[in-house]
Amino acid sequence: MSNLIEKQRSILDFTLSSLMRRKAKNISLFLVYSLVVFVLGSAMFFTQAMKREASLILKEAPEMVIQRLLCGRYEPVPLDYLERIKNIRGVISADYRLWGYYYDPAAGSNYTLMVPRNNPPARGKIVIGNGIARNRMLYREDILSFRGYNGINHNFEVDDILSSESELVSADLMLISEEDFRDFFGLSPAAATDIVATVRNQKELITIANKISELLPDTRPVIRDEMIRTYDSVFDWRGGILIVLISMAMLSFVIFAWEKASGLSAEERREIGILKAIGWETSDVIAVKTYEGAIISFFSFCTGLLLAYGHVFFTSAFLFAPALKGWSVIYPDFRITPYIDPYQVVVLFLLTVVPYTAATVVPSWRSAIIDPDSVMRL
Amino acid sequence: MDNHKMIPDSARKSNICMALFGVCLLLLGVMFIHASIQRRTGNAGTEHMAGLVKNLELTDLCLFTEARYTRNLSQADLHSAFQDHPSSLEHFPAGSVTGPPAGIRRINVKLD
Amino acid sequence: MIRLLDVRKGFNLAKPNEYIAVSGVTLTIEANRVTVFKGPSGSGKTTLLSLIGCMTRPTSGRIELMDNLPLINGILRDNGETNRLEVTSLPERFLTEIRRRLFGFIFQQFNLIKGITVLENIMLPSYPLGRKHGFVTERAHALIDTFGLGARASAKVEWLSGGEAQRVAIARALMNDPPVIIADEPTAHLDSKLSVEFMEIISGLKNQGKTIIIASHDPLVFEAGMIDRIINVRDGMLYGSGT
Repeated sequence: MSNLIEKQRSILDFTLSSLMRRKAKNISLFLVYSLVVFVLGSAMFFTQAMKREASLILKEAPEMVIQRLLCGRYEPVPLDYLERIKNIRGVISADYRLWGYYYDPAAGSNYTLMVPRNNPPARGKIVIGNGIARNRMLYREDILSFRGYNGINHNFEVDDILSSESELVSADLMLISEEDFRDFFGLSPAAATDIVATVRNQKELITIANKISELLPDTRPVIRDEMIRTYDSVFDWRGGILIVLISMAMLSFVIFAWEKASGLSAEERREIGILKAIGWETSDVIAVKTYEGAIISFFSFCTGLLLAYGHVFFTSAFLFAPALKGWSVIYPDFRITPYIDPYQVVVLFLLTVVPYTAATVVPSWRSAIIDPDSVMRL
Repeated sequence: MDNHKMIPDSARKSNICMALFGVCLLLLGVMFIHASIQRRTGNAGTEHMAGLVKNLELTDLCLFTEARYTRNLSQADLHSAFQDHPSSLEHFPAGSVTGPPAGIRRINVKLD
Repeated sequence: MIRLLDVRKGFNLAKPNEYIAVSGVTLTIEANRVTVFKGPSGSGKTTLLSLIGCMTRPTSGRIELMDNLPLINGILRDNGETNRLEVTSLPERFLTEIRRRLFGFIFQQFNLIKGITVLENIMLPSYPLGRKHGFVTERAHALIDTFGLGARASAKVEWLSGGEAQRVAIARALMNDPPVIIADEPTAHLDSKLSVEFMEIISGLKNQGKTIIIASHDPLVFEAGMIDRIINVRDGMLYGSGT
């Protein structure tokens, strides 16, 4: 047993000496390999954590939102819809929501104006998200002037700023009183943006949603599950353009690795012949090649994965931010709570370490079984 | 290594390699532990946001603020221009990262 | 003692380029002697060495090992033999085992592994045996000192002079302390001075009780004083044998 370990250690010694001979080649291979794992791992960590975050945050979202459609776009809902929805069996409550978008030419960005049901700001006061505050360098008691629907300017005083920890949901929010909202947008008192409803029995949610769209054919109910699922599909790491790009990178890497690892040069074949002539077995030679592939791929995998973890959870995936931000002016500044799906780590491991090691070992197999006397015949 | 007789066993290449291997495993372990600790303690922020979502009756994450159908993805028009096809690129990159919400299409199939 | 009985070795049999390298050789090689196969290139000397060194199997005939058998005890037990071992019928892994315990090889091109150090090159044959690292390095250093390579121990082999490379090749052959040394045209790439030096080393090995088998057509080799027996080889057959 100790013999066996000593033997493998010696073979490992030789493998390392052998790897160190081609430092430039192997270091560049290691770097490219780590980079592939890094990008792939970052995408994986980011999407997994965001999906989880979205589902945790949105579990408190309204059970059902009812929009009204007109000419295929959503339009304010008449408030008399409220009573008709409340009368449906199984609906506990229905309330209207007031929210809309405002484009602020001074900042070049869109804000989401919203009237909170509980503790709305007083008239003339607003509560803004930290994204807006950061973007326009606003503090409490600053006055903002926005141009209403009829061209008249409205002045609002910043009453409070939403906490920076909540930016992921509130960066561009602007909370405003109902009166101000209606004045500002010119929305009739008999209408609202949409309706939120709660039902007695969660299992009946879909049945009730169907009832609502039958009773009020111009409405469209959106249930909470769909909101969460929307983010699932947004952050589905198999979907998304990033993955397409990565798979192309991956593919070219595989080709690159195959060529680098598999092409046994005449020199390498000669070496295998020498080893066999001085008493190495076929299995010893294959062990060298296996260690070679495993060392490069394992260390690259670890380096790439650890860097990806740091990138996503310590720097909030700063390299991905440009791709996600696009030309959003207000982009939430958020820390993602780390979440690792061990299953995906294993999949990533299998997708990177195993093919590379195989690509190293398989071509050496044929050379490893050459007759030891071939060295004598050179 | 020049001065021979005894190479210290610790300087042996295989030992250095195994040590690095151990360090890597350790770091991976630390990564998993860090993640689970952070998940437990970092929940405060998430809870805070969930509270805000409940209080304000929010429906979406504030990720893409450039257009209304990207700001409130789950509330987007069923028929918004460019949004009912996965290859919509009009608001690159947001428009290309986000496909049409499949669930919304399913339940409203009769409106489509 | 190593005995060859009517040994034949052909390559590419039953093909147009069929070629018989050794045809019907019967020969006994005494232990603790220096035996030289002498003959022109292509005469079959190298193939004979490969056959004796268990690197390849003969097409027909038998090869029997009769000395130093305790070194390969495991194989003997498996075959139920005690005083001699017929090797041609053994499976590959047994041949490998015999090769690394009984034979040390010195090749014409030295066949050192480039890019790694002298020390590691010398240690290579010991790796598959799984011996303790401390023991192995000590033995390698002892060999390095014996051959005056002390200053070069951690040098890469491609930086060595011809004479140094030669001595590394010998040291490597001796690493596992084999009873038999096989050398194929060892002086082909050496000048006269180094060739003489090489034969002196061989003489020293003979005095240590090694069996030495050399293939060569260099007069400096087969005219050297310590040679016990010269066997003329031509067209795969033996022609008489000198003293």
